[in-house]
Amino acid sequence: MALSLKEMVKHEDLLTGGHRACAGCTGANILRQIMLTAGPNTVMGGATGCMEVVTTIYPYTAWKNSFIHSAFENVAATISGAETAYRSLQKHGELPQAAADAERMNFIAFGGDGGTYDIGIQALSGAMERGHRMVYVCYDNGAYMNTGIQRSSATPFGAHTSTAPAGSVKQGKEQDRKDLTEILVAHNIPYVAQTTPFHWKDLATKVEKALSCGGPAFLNILMPCTVGWGFPMERGMQIAKEAVETNFWPLFEVEDGVYKINKKPKERKPIADWMKEQARFRHVFKPGNESMLEHAQQWVDQQWDLLLKRETMTNM
Amino acid sequence: MSLKRAQELPDAGIITEAGNAVDFKTGDWRTYVPQFHEENCIHCMFCWIYCPDSAIDVDTSGDKPQMKGILLDHCKGCGICATECPPAAKGKAALVMVREEK
Ligand code: SF4
Ligand code: SF4
Repeated sequence: MALSLKEMVKHEDLLTGGHRACAGCTGANILRQIMLTAGPNTVMGGATGCMEVVTTIYPYTAWKNSFIHSAFENVAATISGAETAYRSLQKHGELPQAAADAERMNFIAFGGDGGTYDIGIQALSGAMERGHRMVYVCYDNGAYMNTGIQRSSATPFGAHTSTAPAGSVKQGKEQDRKDLTEILVAHNIPYVAQTTPFHWKDLATKVEKALSCGGPAFLNILMPCTVGWGFPMERGMQIAKEAVETNFWPLFEVEDGVYKINKKPKERKPIADWMKEQARFRHVFKPGNESMLEHAQQWVDQQWDLLLKRETMTNM
Repeated sequence: MSLKRAQELPDAGIITEAGNAVDFKTGDWRTYVPQFHEENCIHCMFCWIYCPDSAIDVDTSGDKPQMKGILLDHCKGCGICATECPPAAKGKAALVMVREEK
């Protein structure tokens, strides 16, 4: 496994330039990084969403490997079907058995948080429970960005979206975000992890672990969105970095039920530092909304505390 | 890419030329462009790994990869490369965003 940039740079870029993602889109970079590790023997499936749209605007495709576009709700079913068909063809001698690990065929499904947390969760849960050898990647940008920044169950508390706006009546989303990673842990699959594109080494390691765990795996990758979150387009990777430093998005992995936190910030930064940089939270800093900020901090602290306990509990 | 007649297109919206998006130039989206100052470059490849548009030109033929410059056909001018470029912190930026005159 190549874990230095010096080595990785020799890998073929399988997601070409010329895709139509916004300037500074960290999502396109996530896919690029995944493919640098996964390699050309990969069947990729994309649920409807930003990344599916921008990489395959007909008659162009930015994918050099096999790519299947699927509907919003069923990419996990599509890729589990492709994986099963592949195994069946191998069994009947129509395809050669993959000898060395290098010849392994990878099956990856990806969707945004809308296509994963909300619309595609049924197909995802089914595919994970059936035990297909596939990886599901969620790029979580915390709203339906592709259709105009509508709230999803991944949208953080307080964030302004077009369907949960901040105005004179309400102050953004009123609910806390759903913890999808934990829902996937509860599927008792071999590998579940969270990462970000800023942490390229962590991301590459986790993609490789997910692909080689022998069963279903799930990766939740934070995807700062310049348009939907409202920060300058050059800041995406820094926002991802700070999401980890504030414990909003801890880097951790769960291997066969055992938790490991990959990065414990020495000194946790206040969540307000991270929120301040994003226009979607601007109203939270207005006088009268102090309790919102308090709640946001409490929630992050509570989630982090739980994660620490889970790590301790599963390592006893 | 030349346009095809409807009868010549594969069924079911299949795109048979893998990676043909490379023919689509997104360079004209740019307002700013990264200017490369080679003398400050430490060839760390951070710009290469973080670029969302595969627009960093690298020579991998030698023992150590060499950053060569920006692929202007696809660079959208986001400035991520310049933000993540380590020498900038020491005041010796290897990538500087400048307004592009067209
Ligand atoms: S990030 Fe900066 S120093 Fe590193 S290779 Fe790119 S231009 Fe050179
Ligand atoms: S400005 Fe953005 S698109 Fe252009 S080379 Fe830098 S990171 Fe890539």
